[in-house]
Amino acid sequence: MSIAESNGAAQTLQNASTLKSEERRESLTFFGLSLPAVLVVLIVVFLPVFWLSSLSFYNAAGELSMENYARIFESPLYRRTFVVTFQISISVTVICVLLGYPLCYWLTRMLDRTAAILMIFVLVPFWTSILVRTYAWLVLLQRKGIINSTLMKIGAIDEPLQLAHNLTGSIIGMVHVMLPFLILPLYATMRGIDTDLVRAAVGLGSSPRGAFWRVYFPMSLPGLFAGIVLVFILSLGFFVTPALLGGGRVQMLAQRIESTITVYSNWGAASALGVVLLLLALAMIWLMNRVFGLDKLFMR
Amino acid sequence: MSATQSQPIDISNLCKDYGAVKALDDVSLNIAAGEFLTLLGPSGSGKTTLLMALAGFTRPDSGSIRFGGQEMIATPPHKRGLGMVFQSYALFPFMTVAENVAYPLKVRGVSKTDQKTRAERALDTVQLGGYGDRRISQLSGGQRQRVALARAMVFEPQIILMDEPLSALDKKLREHMQIELKALHQKLDATIVYVTHDQREALTMSDRIAVVNHGRIEQVETPERLYRQPHSFFVADFIGESISVPVKLDSDTAQLGGRVLKSSSPIAQGRGGHRLMIRPELLEVTSGAVPETANDLSGQVNDIIYQGDSVLVIVQHDSAGQINVRVPANRAGQTGLPSKGEQIGLALHPEDTIIVPEHVS
Repeated sequence: MSIAESNGAAQTLQNASTLKSEERRESLTFFGLSLPAVLVVLIVVFLPVFWLSSLSFYNAAGELSMENYARIFESPLYRRTFVVTFQISISVTVICVLLGYPLCYWLTRMLDRTAAILMIFVLVPFWTSILVRTYAWLVLLQRKGIINSTLMKIGAIDEPLQLAHNLTGSIIGMVHVMLPFLILPLYATMRGIDTDLVRAAVGLGSSPRGAFWRVYFPMSLPGLFAGIVLVFILSLGFFVTPALLGGGRVQMLAQRIESTITVYSNWGAASALGVVLLLLALAMIWLMNRVFGLDKLFMR
Repeated sequence: MSATQSQPIDISNLCKDYGAVKALDDVSLNIAAGEFLTLLGPSGSGKTTLLMALAGFTRPDSGSIRFGGQEMIATPPHKRGLGMVFQSYALFPFMTVAENVAYPLKVRGVSKTDQKTRAERALDTVQLGGYGDRRISQLSGGQRQRVALARAMVFEPQIILMDEPLSALDKKLREHMQIELKALHQKLDATIVYVTHDQREALTMSDRIAVVNHGRIEQVETPERLYRQPHSFFVADFIGESISVPVKLDSDTAQLGGRVLKSSSPIAQGRGGHRLMIRPELLEVTSGAVPETANDLSGQVNDIIYQGDSVLVIVQHDSAGQINVRVPANRAGQTGLPSKGEQIGLALHPEDTIIVPEHVS
C-alpha cells in the first residue's frame, strides 16, 4: 500500500466519523429548538390537567372516593345538562354544515380575487372577540331588539319572538362563532379539488348532478369531516355565548362546571365534570375516526 | 372490439371569441370515421378550445359540430357519448383502478358483473391486467396514463378526445406510449382527436395533422406531406427544424443571390414575401462540385458540433447566411467531411427545396 493510499483510507474513516457527529449535532439542535415549547405544554397544559383531574377522586371531606362521578350519573340535573349540551352541539354542527357547505362551494367557483374578498367577510368576525359578537347578537335578538322591532313594524308578527335567553338564542350565537371553523378546512379542501375530475366525470357520461355526488362530494369529505369534528368538539365545551344568550336558562356543561366552582366551590365535582367532558371529546374524535375513516381519507 | 361503428366528425364555421381574442376563427374541419387526427399548435393557438368545443365544455359563438351527421352544438357534454383523456389524467383518487375504469359503465347503468368483466378487459388492453385493486396513488405516471386510456375506451365510444395526454411523462416513456397509442388506435374502432404541441408526437401517431394557429387551421395534411410540402411559413417553421432565408419572387420562380432556385413543387401563393426553408437533414454534402440539377448552397465550415446521433455542421453561405447541416454520426457521414474553415459542397435537391409564403392568403 502506498502512502497516498493509506492516507486516503484514514481520511475516509475520519470523514465518516465527522459526518456522524454532524448528524448527532443536528438532531440535538432540533431537540433543543423544540424544548421550550415542549416544556410550556408540559407545565401549562399537562400538569394542571393531571392535578385538576386528580381532584375529582376526592370527596368534600378530602377522602378518596368515586362520589363525584356517581353524582354525575345519578342526578337528573346533571343528566339534563348533558342532554342540552349534546342537543346544542349537534344542532350547531348540522346548521353549520347546511350553511357552510353551499357557501364554500360557491366561493370556490368565484374568481380568485372575489373569493379572497369574500373570505375576509368570513374571517373578520373570526378575529373579533367572542364577547363583542355575543353582545351584538343580544342587541339584535332581544325582545325589543332590532330583529323583533323590524318584524313588528312591517307587521310580520304581532308579539316579539323569543330569540334570546333560550336555546334558540344560544344556537344562533354559536353557529355564528363556529361557522369559520367549518368553512376554513372545508374551503381549503375544496380549493384543492382538481376541476378536471368533475369535467372528466361529465365527459365520461355523468350528469352534472351525478358528477357532483359521485366525484366532487366524496373528495370534499376530508375537509367537511375536519370541520365537523372541530365545530362539534368546540361546541361541547363552549361557555361564553350560551352563558350570555341562554340567559341562565340554558345550562351547558361548561356553565355547570363554572357554577359548581363559583357557587358551590365544589372543586371535586367540577373536576369530575371536566374529566367527563374531556373523555367525551376524545371519544367523539375516536368515534368519528371510526365512522368516517378520517385517517384513510387524509392519507392518499 | 365491438359492433359499434366509429363516427366521422364534421366541424363547420366554428367561431369563439374571448373578448378581442379570436380563439376559434371560422374553423371548418372534416374528420373521417376511424381517423387519428391531431390538432397541433403552439400554446394559445386555440387547439384546446377546439377540443373542448367538441367535448361540449366550451360553448362556441356560432358554427356547427356534427358527429356521424347528427348536430351536437347544443348537446350537453355528458350526452355526447365521448371518451376523454385529460392532460392531468383526472383519475378519481378515492377509487381503485377498477372503479375508475368502470365509472363510465356505472353511470350508464351497466350491471355490476358486466362492469367488472369489461373493466378487466379494458385493463388487459392497456397491459394493466391484475392492477384493478390498486389505488391510484400506488401507480407510476405511465400506469396512470394507461388507466386513463382504459377508462376512456371501456364503454366503446365512437369518438375519443385526448388533451395532451402524454405531456406529463418523461421523454422515453412518452415515445414508448406514442407507439402504443398508435397500435391501440388500430385495434379500436374509434375516431380519435388528439391535441398536442409536440410536433414529433403528432408526426409519429397521426393519420392526419391539423396545424392550428391564431384560432385558424393553417393546413390539414398527412404527416409526410405536411413535413415535405408545407403551405405556409408558420407550418414549415413549426414542424421540424429549419432555417429560413428570404427569396426574391420573379413571376413563378424564386431567386436567391441572383440565382434561380430549382424546385419540383409549384410555389404556393400568399401574402408577404416568400422564404426558402432549409432543413439541416435535407442538405447533401457533396465530395466534388454540386451537380447541375441541384441548388448549390456551398459555403465555408464555421463549426462542427458532435451531438451523439448526428453531427451538426454550421456553414457560412454568401447570400443565405448561416446554414445548419446535419450529417449522420456514422462512418459514411464522416468520411470526406471538411474541417473548420474549409469549403464544403452542399446540394439542395429540387424535391427538397421548400419555398413558402409568409402568410397564407
